[in-house]
Amino acid sequence: MSRPVRLPPTAQAIVRGDRRALARAITAVEDGDASADLLLRSLYARSGNAAVVGLAGPLGVGKSSLVNALVGLLRARQKPVGVVAVDPSSPFSGGSVLGDRIRLERRADDPDVFFRSMASRGAVGGIASTTTDVVRLLEAAGFPTVLVETVGSGQVDVAIREVATTRVVVTAPHLGDEVQTLKAGLFEIADVFCVNKSDLPGADVAERDLAELASLGASRDGWRPTVVRTSATTPSGIEELWSAIEAHEAFRAASGDRAGAERRRLAAEIVDRVRDRLAGEVARALEDDPALARLLDQVVDRALDPRTAADRVLEQRLRAR
Amino acid sequence: MVPPRTRSPIRVLIAKPGLDGHDRGAKVVARALRDAGMEVIYAGLRQTPEEIVRAALEEDVDLIGLSILSGAHMALFPRVLTLLRKEGASKIPVFAGGIIPDEDARRLKRLGIRAIFGPGATLDEIVRTAEQLARHAS
Repeated sequence: MSRPVRLPPTAQAIVRGDRRALARAITAVEDGDASADLLLRSLYARSGNAAVVGLAGPLGVGKSSLVNALVGLLRARQKPVGVVAVDPSSPFSGGSVLGDRIRLERRADDPDVFFRSMASRGAVGGIASTTTDVVRLLEAAGFPTVLVETVGSGQVDVAIREVATTRVVVTAPHLGDEVQTLKAGLFEIADVFCVNKSDLPGADVAERDLAELASLGASRDGWRPTVVRTSATTPSGIEELWSAIEAHEAFRAASGDRAGAERRRLAAEIVDRVRDRLAGEVARALEDDPALARLLDQVVDRALDPRTAADRVLEQRLRAR
Repeated sequence: MVPPRTRSPIRVLIAKPGLDGHDRGAKVVARALRDAGMEVIYAGLRQTPEEIVRAALEEDVDLIGLSILSGAHMALFPRVLTLLRKEGASKIPVFAGGIIPDEDARRLKRLGIRAIFGPGATLDEIVRTAEQLARHAS
């Protein structure tokens, strides 16, 4: 694998294990700071090797507690672990209360756990638009496992698919009958189903429904989701959960995920970046470029339709390159 | 459309050092800061000064707010300030709230706690002070 010979100083600090540098770089990435761009370009080659475990599921099923239990298990095995926990930003004030740290129990002087709270900052889908890049920074900092806790939310918040290598969908007893499991969305993306709070009555039914769902078919890559029962606060089932995650990671490695799911993920990312940049350029040009402003005038006057205008804009942008 | 870049939100850590379990005040303040557009990392109850400083550095916050009702402020607040200095992070402003006698408040301010709010402080006052402290620190 080819790597840039010289990394910028901040990138070097992150790779060396400087946690302050890592924390500041994450802020720069979140804020869309220009310094983050260079950093991410230079560190990209150091990403792609970690197990990135996404935990998704409705509000209050115990995702934070599971994250804490998994951190405990990994640290007991001397394994470093990074955590990114996403909570929603208010659509009204833009503010946010990020409360996932309150479940975290670890030694205050343990350098091998890094926990970062992120606000979704207007993104829908359960993670922030910069979560993928933040995970890459954690990988470059040397964390072989990164846990990503998504906004506890609804049925279609499947953006975690784009960042995680193993997706754990967490549920709890009595969240609905088996028809819920047939609905489209979150349940379609699970590699591992986790029935948390399994000490409560109803866990058997929830587990049976999910097992049935899982038995209906394998994913596009040939993996059949596993079902695990946990109780994060007892705790019980945490080793089984981790084993299930490891089994999926092993499957991924053996089945050549880089040619499959990961390739699709990265293709989607390139498309997104091109779209964002082009859209930004065109939006500015429609205001600043007199020729395009005239084009817009014609559309407003119904002398030209928006589709034809879009064709012309694209032609003009492509010629400009 | 790419939305115009706005100023990035202030990140603030709200934590309760010490052993009392009365977190109503901290939660009310957390919510007020949220409504003012800040990203509030709520660390919760019974945090040691070491945990508070660790969280502040990992979360790269602009500001730390401490709430205490147990009476242990003269032991715990200076310890937070000392640890921040040790980490080269004394630029992060710290403000506090709780039941803190006037004399203690004066001493704590001399030690470097930037603002102290007792019973009767309005949320407006707290939010305004927090904004000023965060903006002037960075």
